[in-house]
Amino acid sequence: MLLQIKDLHAGINGKEILRGVNLEVNAGEVHAIMGPNGTGKSTLASVIAGRELFDVTQGDVIFKGHSILEMPVEQRAREGIFLGFQYPVEIPGVSITNFMRTALNEIRKYRGLEPLSGAAFLARMEEKKKLVEIQTKLTNRSVNEGFSGGEKKKNEIFQMAMLEPTLSILDETDSGLDIDALRIVANGVNALRSEDNSIVVITHYQRLLEYIVPDIVHVLYEGRIVKTGGKELALELEEKGYEWIKKEMEGR
Amino acid sequence: MTNAPLNDVSQFISWFDENLKTIGRNDMPRWRELRKQAIKALETTGLPKPTDERWRNTDIAKQLSIPYEQHYEDFQIGLDVEKIFACEVPDLDTFLITMVNGWYAYRNSALRILPSGTIIGSLSRALRDAPELVEAHLGRYAKIEDNPFAALNTAFASDGIFIFVPDNTVVSKPIQMVNVVDHPENLFMQTRNLVIVGRNSHLELVHCDDSHNHTAGFTNSLTEVYIGENAGVDYYKMQNVNDHSTVLHSAWFNLERDARLNSFAISLNGGLIRNESFVTLNGTGADANICGLFLMDKKQQTDNLVFVDHAAPNCTSSELFKGILDDYARGVFNGHILVRPGAQQTVAYQSNRNILLTDKARVNTQPFLEIYADDVKCSHGATVGQLDSEAMFYLRSRGIGEENARMLLMYAFAAEVVGKIKIEILRDRIDDLVKKRLRGELSICDQCVLHCSKPDQPVVFEIDMSKI
Repeated sequence: MLLQIKDLHAGINGKEILRGVNLEVNAGEVHAIMGPNGTGKSTLASVIAGRELFDVTQGDVIFKGHSILEMPVEQRAREGIFLGFQYPVEIPGVSITNFMRTALNEIRKYRGLEPLSGAAFLARMEEKKKLVEIQTKLTNRSVNEGFSGGEKKKNEIFQMAMLEPTLSILDETDSGLDIDALRIVANGVNALRSEDNSIVVITHYQRLLEYIVPDIVHVLYEGRIVKTGGKELALELEEKGYEWIKKEMEGR
Repeated sequence: MTNAPLNDVSQFISWFDENLKTIGRNDMPRWRELRKQAIKALETTGLPKPTDERWRNTDIAKQLSIPYEQHYEDFQIGLDVEKIFACEVPDLDTFLITMVNGWYAYRNSALRILPSGTIIGSLSRALRDAPELVEAHLGRYAKIEDNPFAALNTAFASDGIFIFVPDNTVVSKPIQMVNVVDHPENLFMQTRNLVIVGRNSHLELVHCDDSHNHTAGFTNSLTEVYIGENAGVDYYKMQNVNDHSTVLHSAWFNLERDARLNSFAISLNGGLIRNESFVTLNGTGADANICGLFLMDKKQQTDNLVFVDHAAPNCTSSELFKGILDDYARGVFNGHILVRPGAQQTVAYQSNRNILLTDKARVNTQPFLEIYADDVKCSHGATVGQLDSEAMFYLRSRGIGEENARMLLMYAFAAEVVGKIKIEILRDRIDDLVKKRLRGELSICDQCVLHCSKPDQPVVFEIDMSKI
C-alpha cells in the first residue's frame, strides 16, 4: 500500500476540520475525492503535503510504510509526494528553469543521484512541456507570474511531469479551466499514470472525471469520508447533487 | 594632514583656517566664496544630531568619534594604481577613472578629451584648464545651508572627478569612477565630483566605492550632475566596502526640460552607508527613476534619503527602494516628494519594500509627500515584512529545502531592482554579486564590478549546498 491515512484529525487555530479521515491508496490507482465546499478537501491535501499551518491532533499518515507526519514538507516531496495547487503561487523573479532545476537536483541528491547535466535538464524540460502543450519559452518566465488560470494549471502538471512523483494529489486542478485547457491538463495527467504511481484527484465537479477516469471515488463530508464507490458514484453525485449526501447524513 | 576625531565643529573650523592655503590652492573665486559660505553654514548647523529630522534614525556619533587621518593635499607618493587593479577583468568596457584614497589617481595627467569633445579628468585639473565650465555649475545644485556633510565637503574637498559631455553627444561606453580605499590608517576622505551633460546627449556612469583593507575609512563624497535639455543620464552607484567603513554620498541631480535620469544605489556591504539623492526636475517633461537595493547583515546599516523636487509641470518621478536585512542590520528610507505650486500634471510614485530576516533587524521607512499643486498623481507605499509564507510553502512542496527556498525568494525580491539596470553586462554582474552576497560568499575583494563573472559565461543559479 502506497498511502494509508488512519483516523486523521486536523485543524487550524483550534478549529477541527478533518474529523477522522480514513483512506487507503494502492500503487497504480487513481482516486477521486469529491464533496461540497468547505468539507476539508483542500485541508486534507495540505496536511498530506505537510503544510505547517494545520495541526494534526490525532491519527496518522503512512506513506510507503512510514509515518510522514514528522517530516518537513520538502522531505515529503523528496520521498515522492506532489501537491498540485488549487491556487498556484506567483513568484516574480524566480524563473521556472531555476525553480525546477533546483527542485529536481535537491530531490536527486536526496535519493543519492548525481545532478542532471544542463543539457539533460533542458531536454527533459522540452519533453515535459510537450506533454501539457506548453508552447512558450519558459526559460525566462517567472513562476506563474502573469499566467492565465489555464497556464497556471498546465504549469502544475508540467512540474508533476518534471518531478515524477509516486503520489500526486491534485487539488481542484479543474477549477478555472475552459474545456480545451481541461482536456490538455487531463491528457497530461493520464500520460503520467502508471502501475507504480498513484493519483488523488480532488474535485468539486464530475466534469474532470470524464477525462481522468478514477478507479475509486470518495465523498468527503464534514471532515470524514462518508461514501466510497466506483466511478459511477461520481455520476450519481452529479445527478443527485450534494444535497443528497447532506440529507443522507442528517438522516442517520 | 591632521589626525583626530571628527565630532567637533570648532575643530573643523580651525583646520579650515589653518589649511585654507593648501585646500584652496587651485580655487577659482567662486569656490573660494563657496567654501566660506559652507564654513558659515556649518557653524550654524553643527554636525548632524539624532534630533535633526533627517538624521533621526541614523546615529553617526560613533563613526565621528574615531580618529581619522585627513589629508589636504595628495599624499600618495609612489602608489602604483596599476598594481591595485592588476587582477581586473576588463570585460565591462568602460572609460575607467580611478580615485585612490579620495584623490585622483593620475593627478598629473591632463584632462582626457575624447574625439566627441567629452572631457574626463580630475576636478582640480578642470579648475585650471576648463574654469568656465566649472564656474557655471560648481555648487549650483548642492545645497549647503541645511546639509552639514554637503557643507563640509564644499569647504574641504579639493579633488574629485570632472566629466563634461558636450551637446548632441552619446558617450560610446560607460564611464566608470572607482574610489579605492587602501591605506594603513583610518582615513577621512572628501571628494567632489562634477558631471555636466549637454543637451540631447547621453551618459552612462558607474560609480563604485571599494575598500581593500579593513581600516575604518570614512568617505564623504558629493556629486553634482547637470542634465541638459532632452539629455539622459544612467547613474549606477555601487557600494561594497568593509564592515568598518562609513560611506556618505550625496548626489545632486538637476534635470532640465525633457531630461531623463535613471539612478541606482546598490549597497552590498558596508558598516554605515548613507546615500542621499536630491533630484530637481527643473524643466517640463523631465523624468527621473530612482532605485535602490540594500543587502545588509551583522550590524551594518544603510540609510537612503531621496528628495525629489517637482519644480516644473509635466514631470514624472518614480522611486523603488528594496532592502533585505539580516541579523541586527538596520535600514532607513526617507523619501520626500515636493510638488511646487504650478507643477501641474506631476506624476510621482514612491515605493519602499523591505524584508527582515530576523526579529532583531530593523527598518525605519518614512515617506513624506508635500504637494502644493492640485492636478497631480502621487502615491507612496512602504512594506516591511518577512518572506512570503505561501511562496515558501510552494517552493518547499517541490522538494526545495528551507534555506534554498529562502535564498530563491530573496534573490527574486532583489531581482526586481537589478532587472531595471540597462547595461546588460553590468546587470549580469550585479546579479551575480547579489547571488554571492545572499549566499554569504561576497568578499570585499570582489572588486565591485571589476572582478565578476564574464559575460560570455552567464551565471546559472545553482545553489552550492556545501555552503549552506
